[in-house]
Amino acid sequence: MKKIKTVKTANLKASACKGGCGECQTSCQSACKTSCTVANQKCEK
Amino acid sequence: MIHAYKHGQQHIVLDVNSGAVHIFDPLSYDMLAYLEAPLSEEYPALLEEKFGKSQDALDSYADIYELYQRGELFSEDDYIDLQKAMPKAEDVPIKALCLNIAHDCNLRCGYCFASTGDFGCGRKLMPFEVGKAAFDFLVAHSGKRRNLEVDFFGGEPLMNFGTVKMLVAYARELEKKVDKKFRFTLTTNAMLLNDEVTEFLNKEMHNVVLSLDGRKEVNDFMRQRVDGTGCFDTIMPKIRRFVEQRGDKDYYVRGTFTKNNLDFASDVRFMVDQGFEQISIEPVVCGAGWEYSIGEEDLPRIKDEYDRLADQIIADRRAGKFYNFFHFMIDLQQGPCVYKRIKGCGAGGEYIAVTPEGDIYPCHQFVGNEAFKLGNVMEQTLDRSLCEDFVSANVFTKEECSQCWAKYYCSGGCCANNYAFGQNIKKTYRLSCELEKKRVECAIAIQTALSE
Ligand code: SF4
Ligand code: SF4
Ligand code: SF4
Repeated sequence: MKKIKTVKTANLKASACKGGCGECQTSCQSACKTSCTVANQKCEK
Repeated sequence: MIHAYKHGQQHIVLDVNSGAVHIFDPLSYDMLAYLEAPLSEEYPALLEEKFGKSQDALDSYADIYELYQRGELFSEDDYIDLQKAMPKAEDVPIKALCLNIAHDCNLRCGYCFASTGDFGCGRKLMPFEVGKAAFDFLVAHSGKRRNLEVDFFGGEPLMNFGTVKMLVAYARELEKKVDKKFRFTLTTNAMLLNDEVTEFLNKEMHNVVLSLDGRKEVNDFMRQRVDGTGCFDTIMPKIRRFVEQRGDKDYYVRGTFTKNNLDFASDVRFMVDQGFEQISIEPVVCGAGWEYSIGEEDLPRIKDEYDRLADQIIADRRAGKFYNFFHFMIDLQQGPCVYKRIKGCGAGGEYIAVTPEGDIYPCHQFVGNEAFKLGNVMEQTLDRSLCEDFVSANVFTKEECSQCWAKYYCSGGCCANNYAFGQNIKKTYRLSCELEKKRVECAIAIQTALSE
């Protein structure tokens, strides 16, 4: 491609197949707990 | 759904449903305003009218069309199994516990949501027996989950340090018997840190959150002792020493910004200069009407400040200096699965909070609100019918979220925040959303800038 650079390819769909096991850290988005935007959490798989 | 925005010289385009992130050239970027799925292979007449038919324009459209065909632009989210995404409350194992080990505090911070530590229900330390019952309760309700989390919270948890130690020892024995693993975290104002405490925390705590608002005058304006004196001079050397001894284990030095320090990028800078590498500073959460409350009128100023901070981080990284601003951390390459992303709040589902009396609440923010009391660990009671509203709250069921481009990054915000501002856990609070979206934009812009 000449005009567009892809920094990150699509991966959400692939994550749906094996995802949802629930083993990763529980997240909380409140300010008092150093909220975790989920997108920065680690997958435990 | 796509989201296109500019950050500095960059033209960034997110394809929401696939998770793809692209950098466009200006012409391709401008074309997006005239395009909607489904795209045709042929160069559209509308684009010809707006941009002409030069080779440059044709090349731009060819790239856009290629991404579309690959499923990386204007893609759908029909691959998500809604059944899997929306379990019933009773089927959700409980795996995370907020243990309010001390409803008491040695500081009187101006903005404290816990009403200076006692949550409005009287000063009290959690007895060992209650903590023990809470651990047993957690194990009993954790189903097949192996990794269990316990956050020692308060008030100020170190005011009940003896019990923290006893409970950790109890849990280490327990995990051998039941084939589970506990991961501990603790949030402290650092007043009671000493070598003994530090050594224990470094051994046992997976993460430690240390409260500091930033520069001395900023910190001491809000974080004060009972007698009104600021705590900066006491906690600063303690935190520095703690971080030095922490090694490569996780910690955060976290602060709150208010209307009084909307130049919080300077507080981040200050913390970096103190040698801290893991930093979090968040907007204060409180109702309107306090002189330090953040309001709609502050949005432009705060957004500029986030940009300033992002640019500061990009420049530092390029110069080889690394530190982490928590809210700009996004793992673009791996990150969690889509099911994790549709729900960022575990309250009343996999997460509960327990008070010194053993009372159970959906999360620490609801502690003291009788209407939300779910049961008691000493009495082994739990009424999860109250939790359906929490468990069913996700980015599909919250109207604003379902329409929001940031949904798979934000994951839907905080139910307690929504409740506090709109008496409805599914009604998002605009100000928080605006700030969250700005942080996501900055987080991605940092990654795309550094990829160049
Ligand atoms: S309601 Fe808010 S504070 Fe409570 S667990 Fe959810 S995100 Fe965290
Ligand atoms: S551990 Fe990974 S796959 Fe499992 S729910 Fe969390 S993010 Fe998804
Ligand atoms: S920013 Fe607001 S509307 Fe968007 S996903 Fe987050 S909570 Fe929902």
